[in-house]
Amino acid sequence: MTVGIIMLVHTAFDRAEQVARHWLKAGCPIVIHVDQKVRGKAYERFVINLSDDPLVRFSTRHRCEWGSWGLVAASQDAAELMLAEFEGVRHVYLTSGSCMPLRPVEELIAYLDERPRTDFIESATTADVPWTVGGLDGERFQLFFPFSWRKQRYLFDRFVDIQRALGVRRRLPQGIVPHMGSQWWCLTRQTLSAILSDPDRRAFDRYFRRVWIPDESYFQTLARLYSTNIESRSLTLSKFDFQGKPHIFYDDHLQLLRRSDCFVARKVWPHAGRLYDVFLSDAAAQQNRQEPNPGKIDRIFARAVDRRTRGRTGLYMQSRFPNWGWENGVTAGKYSVFQGFSELFRDFEGWLARTTGTQVHGHLYGPDRAHFAGGQTVLNGALPDNAALRDANPRAFLANLLWNTRGERQCFQYSPHDTPDVIWHIARDPNAQVSVISGAWAVPLFQSNANFADLRAEAARLQKIEHGMLDQLRSPEAKARIRIWTMAEFIETPMEPLQVIIDEIGQRSPQRLAEAPVLQDLKGFGQFLQNLKNQGMHPYLMGDFPVEPEPKAANQSRRRPYLVKK
Amino acid sequence: MGAWRSYRLRLQRKRWRVRALRKSRELTPVSDRTDQLRRSDIFVFCTARNEAIRFPYFLKYYRDMGVNHFFIVDNDSTDGTLAYLAQQPDVSVWSTRGSYKRSRFGMDWINYLLRKYAHGHWALTVDPDEFFLYPFCDTRPLRALTDWLDASSIKSFSAMLLDMYPKGRMDAQPYQVGQNPLEIASWFDSGNYTISRNKRFGNLWIQGGPRARVFFADRPERAPALNKVPLVRWDKRYTYVSSTHMLLPRGLNLVYDEWGGEKASGLLLHTKFLDTFSAKAAEELERKQHYAGSSEYLAYHAVVKDNPDLWCKWSEKYINWRQLEILGLMSKGNWA
Repeated sequence: MTVGIIMLVHTAFDRAEQVARHWLKAGCPIVIHVDQKVRGKAYERFVINLSDDPLVRFSTRHRCEWGSWGLVAASQDAAELMLAEFEGVRHVYLTSGSCMPLRPVEELIAYLDERPRTDFIESATTADVPWTVGGLDGERFQLFFPFSWRKQRYLFDRFVDIQRALGVRRRLPQGIVPHMGSQWWCLTRQTLSAILSDPDRRAFDRYFRRVWIPDESYFQTLARLYSTNIESRSLTLSKFDFQGKPHIFYDDHLQLLRRSDCFVARKVWPHAGRLYDVFLSDAAAQQNRQEPNPGKIDRIFARAVDRRTRGRTGLYMQSRFPNWGWENGVTAGKYSVFQGFSELFRDFEGWLARTTGTQVHGHLYGPDRAHFAGGQTVLNGALPDNAALRDANPRAFLANLLWNTRGERQCFQYSPHDTPDVIWHIARDPNAQVSVISGAWAVPLFQSNANFADLRAEAARLQKIEHGMLDQLRSPEAKARIRIWTMAEFIETPMEPLQVIIDEIGQRSPQRLAEAPVLQDLKGFGQFLQNLKNQGMHPYLMGDFPVEPEPKAANQSRRRPYLVKK
Repeated sequence: MGAWRSYRLRLQRKRWRVRALRKSRELTPVSDRTDQLRRSDIFVFCTARNEAIRFPYFLKYYRDMGVNHFFIVDNDSTDGTLAYLAQQPDVSVWSTRGSYKRSRFGMDWINYLLRKYAHGHWALTVDPDEFFLYPFCDTRPLRALTDWLDASSIKSFSAMLLDMYPKGRMDAQPYQVGQNPLEIASWFDSGNYTISRNKRFGNLWIQGGPRARVFFADRPERAPALNKVPLVRWDKRYTYVSSTHMLLPRGLNLVYDEWGGEKASGLLLHTKFLDTFSAKAAEELERKQHYAGSSEYLAYHAVVKDNPDLWCKWSEKYINWRQLEILGLMSKGNWA
């Protein structure tokens, strides 16, 4: 008892011949179907070379196009020929010219001998699997598909639309439940002959002729009628990409294929000489097999599909430039933006770096240059601190910075002085943690020694800018973690909000802050604000600041018990 | 896109094609080996001027990759480039004394040759200092890529220009004939590229790298474009519009994914910055045959004569394509 091989060939005849000889050497009879479209010397040489072998037959040629009936007709004719010509065949294995046996053929024969009644055919109902590409899962059995998907795409699509609009639903032939699965099956003589000599075969054929991709459903459906023992998996390793095309194997997949533990792989690149040499040589049989690891091949191809459909979060590059809202994450990593903190505290950046262990930059969007951590002029990825380059595309600057430093949390300062165009991108980024002390920009003004008229103009300008920023941060579409305090609110109890922010950054194990940042000396700040008011410029973003702050406010916060924990 | 704009682009495409035909009169065949061409061949197209020192390695690099035939336009070289190329068995050479600038920086000549010879072939259009890199290029020949692109119904393949530079002064290590230029110019900028979309042609406009960082820091909008689509399954209706940055019809420019995924892409390692560069920059300044009144070369010259070191602390040293893939400069897409 042996296994008969049906081989569907349409190209790369020298490789097909090589594989055919490999099967023949193990005594497997072969029926070859060559696509009717094929002409030329290579094909003629292929036929001449093989036709003298007593175990080779060529079946009636059909025109085979992907998704059409021709492939089923070809398989039917080839299977009939196989069953009629070779009495000793118990299992019939459908392969293609670009399939490659990975394990010695004797192992396959022995494997099938142990399972004389088992049909290996992947066969699942359409409702239960999400395999199909293009959205035509159930509909492929309910509509008519007279047009070619490849060559008459427009007609194909319109005809589907029309049928959907008309509510067309084809009547299924009596007794069948549509199943589908890989087209590469291995069926027993009993099942196959039952399918081929079914009295209703004409009706089935008529129905499947107008189904879409019948080669993935004809045998898969009919095998369910006759088989006593279906094992719903294909013996052929065949991986599909997101468009439903099979992945191709190359020389560098050699180790992977060796460990795949499958009998046959599809599809192999015809120029992958090393794969053909290794797997079709006699030496393959003697090689002590490595521990099978079929999962690995799955993972590699699953990752490839994921890379193609979802990409790497936060990456913008020549072949990934997502439309607005389709980024799968706007940036590559979490980051924190502080507005007003470095104005209100002395050496806030140093304190933050010590407390959280993150990389803390100054004003990345400062008007003169990007103030990178540690006074660097170039950062990871050779990102320069030049303001003109940065402001030419402030959004890309941030995306680049976060991509280049992935793995290390970034913090930076922001203020109304800085490039304003970027705030909306930060606001809609779920990776951003934005903390704002509104009105804190007034502290440097208060400390400066400028003319009051200039201060007043500057204060008015900054207030207007910050007001616009706060509007954007408060937008219902903002997705960042945003906290806004007025300055008056904040200095009431500065440690509580800081504790919350630091905990959320969460780099170190949660504990009470051991060291508090030092507040700027704000004595006379209330009066400063009052002076602005007296000049007709009402600073409102700071909240309500008393002209003379009660001195106890500062003491109170220092006395809070958790601050000085021993 | 409205019908009117689509029609305008169509007219533009035809105009470039007619122009290429007109400019083809400037080309004189020197060594025409196009009778060797076979149907499945992969071609390289190239314009060159005084690059004799680079061609031995250039030809070797692309031959090893599996390119079958080279089409080279020699623009009035004086260093024996023409004689060298004419001896090569797989190179067809045309010579011209026409203006590089008035042939739209060689693109008219190349468009003509592409149209005449590359119909139905995969054609790679590169400069003599550009080295094409694609996913798995260390284990799979170029034909594996083009076969895969064919199977995936992809007609054009993106490869951003990645400027390579040496560490230290540019003239510190002289380049020798036949040497791999990446042995000298082995450093690059990994993460300072900015992208915007060109609505009219549908392509991405990428700027950045050491040239933007050093030469164009004060005028970022003038920094050279780095986006390129050098590998195309050519059809005689196609035409390059501006260098290999973009093509018409504009569907060919859609080499990037807009819905969050990554398409497969490669890189062109640009080894312009060798010891030969300062002489070249001075000459190009003289000839004024480059883009925008050679303003690019003007900018180079100003910097290059003082301190030609593009290297910085965060420069990356080139290892292989996998490194570039991890850094996010190119992508495997769904090719595995």
